[in-house]
Amino acid sequence: MILSAFSQTNNADTASYKNRKLNLEEVNLVSGYYSQDGNHSAVTGGIGTQKLNDVSNVIDLKFVKWDGSNNKYSWNLELGVDHHTAASQAYISTTGASSPTGTRIYPSINWKVEKNNGFNFGFGAAMSGEYNYHSLSANFSVGKISANKNTEVNFKATAFLDKVTMLEPAELIPKATQSTITTFTTASGRIVSSGGGEDEVSIPKSSRNTFAGSLTLSQVVNKNMQVAFITDAVAQNGFLSLPFHRVYFEGKDSAKIENLPGTRIKFPLGLRLNYFLGDKIIFRTYYRYYTDSWGIQSHTASLEVPYKISPFLSVSPFYRYYIQTAANYFAPYKQHQLSEQYYTSNYELSAFTSQFMGVDVKVTPKHGVFNIPLFNTVEIRYGHYKQTTGLQANNIGINLNFK
Amino acid sequence: MKKIKIIFSFIVLLGMATGCSSVKAYQKSKINDSEMELNAKKAEKPESNFQSYSEGASGANGGKVGGGCGCN
Repeated sequence: MILSAFSQTNNADTASYKNRKLNLEEVNLVSGYYSQDGNHSAVTGGIGTQKLNDVSNVIDLKFVKWDGSNNKYSWNLELGVDHHTAASQAYISTTGASSPTGTRIYPSINWKVEKNNGFNFGFGAAMSGEYNYHSLSANFSVGKISANKNTEVNFKATAFLDKVTMLEPAELIPKATQSTITTFTTASGRIVSSGGGEDEVSIPKSSRNTFAGSLTLSQVVNKNMQVAFITDAVAQNGFLSLPFHRVYFEGKDSAKIENLPGTRIKFPLGLRLNYFLGDKIIFRTYYRYYTDSWGIQSHTASLEVPYKISPFLSVSPFYRYYIQTAANYFAPYKQHQLSEQYYTSNYELSAFTSQFMGVDVKVTPKHGVFNIPLFNTVEIRYGHYKQTTGLQANNIGINLNFK
Repeated sequence: MKKIKIIFSFIVLLGMATGCSSVKAYQKSKINDSEMELNAKKAEKPESNFQSYSEGASGANGGKVGGGCGCN
């Protein structure tokens, strides 16, 4: 979202009509379908199915108004709902009887003013809620665009205050025996007493806090090229493990819960460079270097080449390559030693490379999609993803734009 | 040393880019094309989510840098 402010498509200087009343300027409906399979689930200690399907829907409304001094005020409202089915989630219980489904809801609101002198600032708040994880966040941004609108710098600070529900694998729940009462986790994740009554008991929660600063500089290089430099500095503290990730140790058949350090510092540096070649071909390039305090270093490079078949139709093949080193605390199933302080068998933290490739089709008819004037754009994007860990996935994203 | 080289390269590129000649508003027809936007496309949002959940690295792409679980 922050980068939308850096796009040099801002038409504040060219708008022929500036609405003084709050006006719904743009609506985006973004839907996604994601399906993956693999054999290294962290829930079962780095072995076992990673089969997962996820359907996501997001509606994004942008309201705009101008004041008498040509200052632009914008409000962005967003509401997203994801629903997933994850085979590994069933194995939070020992027998595979836990519910494999879950729903996440995430609303957000952002307000921003772009002053007539090129200065801008804004505030925002968001939340995300699902059964075992809740997140609240707030952000502040400030920026400045040059008089010729070729250079823009922006800073954004965000704080996330998250709560992790300590939903542990059933066999690792301490058998809290108080006289005759013993508790354990059911398939639905409830704490149940041994008396047979399914008494809903509050499951403990742990805090996870994230503080992020993002600095972005965008620059129009010439009439065919523009670039953006993006740096984030991210500090996390609190419970950074997940309570239902099992880890098995060499020579032992019983598991422990994943244990990771209580702090993590992340430092990604990104560069976007877009180049318009001739009249029909655009090169959208991206590179990111990433390093963190857990020992992961990674490089990400992507190239997307939109080809304009007509002014109203473009087809964009894309390719992304990613490589990372392992975190210091990762080892596969039964390869950790009991003497280690920190341990995980989550393959997200292993060394691997991944490739993602696909095609994007964007239709922007002159008179609107299906001749509906406000129905401006349909964009459909399909990609196939594969990791050297064996994880494979397919993803479809659709954006319907109204303005 | 490798990290310093990468960061130094970014700084040099930054200096080169900001030293560019000025482009007038009437010369920006290509720059203003929607495919030239410097942010990720809206339709990329679902893939950005799964990449941040299945890979160790995240950030520096204008998307979110925290919050949400993505644990499965």
